Amino acid sequence: MSRASFKVLGEPGLIKAEVNTHMNTVVMEDNELIPHEIQFDNPITGTVYGTMLNFKGELERLGDDVNNEPYFSPPIAPVLYIKPMNTFNCYGGSIPMPVGISKLEMGASLGIVIGKQAVFVDESTALSYVAGYTIVNDVRIPHDSLFRPAIHFQARDGFCPIGPWIIDRHVVDNPDNISIRIYINDKLQQENSTSNLVRSVSRLLADVTEFMTLNPGDLLLVGVPEDAPQAKVGDKIRIEIDGIGSLENVIVDESESKWRKPI
Amino acid sequence: MRRARVAYGGAIHEAIEWGNQLKLADGRVVKEEEIMWLTPIEPRTVFALGLNYADHAAELSFDAPSDPLVFLKGPNTLIGHQAYTRRPADVTYMHYECELAVIIGETARNVQKEDAYKYVKGYSVANDYAIRDYLENYYRPNLRVKNRDTCTPLGPWLVDVKDIADPMYLRITTHVNSELVQEGTTADMIFDIPSIIEYLSSFMTLSENDVILTGTPKGSVNTVVGDVVVTEIEGIGRLVNTIIGDEAFTNR
Repeated sequence: MSRASFKVLGEPGLIKAEVNTHMNTVVMEDNELIPHEIQFDNPITGTVYGTMLNFKGELERLGDDVNNEPYFSPPIAPVLYIKPMNTFNCYGGSIPMPVGISKLEMGASLGIVIGKQAVFVDESTALSYVAGYTIVNDVRIPHDSLFRPAIHFQARDGFCPIGPWIIDRHVVDNPDNISIRIYINDKLQQENSTSNLVRSVSRLLADVTEFMTLNPGDLLLVGVPEDAPQAKVGDKIRIEIDGIGSLENVIVDESESKWRKPI
Repeated sequence: MRRARVAYGGAIHEAIEWGNQLKLADGRVVKEEEIMWLTPIEPRTVFALGLNYADHAAELSFDAPSDPLVFLKGPNTLIGHQAYTRRPADVTYMHYECELAVIIGETARNVQKEDAYKYVKGYSVANDYAIRDYLENYYRPNLRVKNRDTCTPLGPWLVDVKDIADPMYLRITTHVNSELVQEGTTADMIFDIPSIIEYLSSFMTLSENDVILTGTPKGSVNTVVGDVVVTEIEGIGRLVNTIIGDEAFTNR
């Protein structure tokens, strides 16, 4: 059993409960609820910052390209971006496939939920600023260049499912050694581990807060492993992170999703 | 009408311009020296445009873009009028960017250009500081350049959309220590306000208090500790900011 907080549609504030991260169930007094019996809402209220190139394999894929045009040198500081509020999505929510696009990249990331204001924190105490951890599917339209990617690749409505819950920090022994798996239609498509991070969770928090304050409720993604699998309309995506749980979403045609143009 | 958000008497108030003073929503009339200016709205998503003036793009050796170059900013970077922006001791080139800020008034999705102003609540002035020493070529402009704490003053006022007859024909200036260093007009934007709203709302939902910083004309020069930087847009406001150094920040 792990202590977790989650948000239910229509309920104010976060609900605290014990969850079974292996079975992905919420343990109530006398029974266990499966996620489909709960209308999870996104548990995050703050700003969501994504991190690129924080898996060693991503940098290996770039190889010597980091020294060529347009990059000219390997990255020095964390490579960050923002997933704005319109992208927020929840457990079970549908991810809209844009018109004219046939595949989306599924970016599995461990999400660090900030618990107290973090300004220029030291690596040695960084984890004390963490409230807990969640699962994020950092969805994007496939694109090659990391130079100045257009905002429409990843800031689209519904492109950031988060959940189902936030696992209390104290339950997670070592955030830098957690397995991450993506299943598409129940078939394993990717497996990696936060042991392959360029910057550990603590190091990342230290380097980000050197110039950017993180506030309670903000979410910092540790990054997405190399070779993010692609998915199409109708696919069921499940991201499993050991000790955290599973996040499930389906991809639907944009015109059939709740994000469609108001009539 | 020009509206502000201010701190006074231990609380946050909405206020309006009242001669040389401000009138709080509760009716009290207060002097500017008595209040602390906050950002005129609590911003939701903050968009900023890069290279949206052809002369500035040329200044930075870029061709004008074919699609709007949009990046996002977090709430950590925003501060109000008459506040302080930090210049780290180790940098050589930190410059201001005076920009017209467009504040969205209601939910907008798939908006056509000709309807775009219906979704605008008003305007403000932003100073979108950049520290070019930290520029890296991944996800440009990277957040270490553009999303630092204290590096985006916004204010003083929210000016109602109906009070500005033509937002695409406003004079933009920046003065550093009273010397004119940047001058331009919003008429020179590559992507005008309706085009930007049409573009963004074509793939994402815009919401009330989303803010679009529309880019800056040429005239970027280095600023140093102690500089008083005044970014001003005709009819919108005069935003004052002072550069401070690392000394005040005792944590490092």
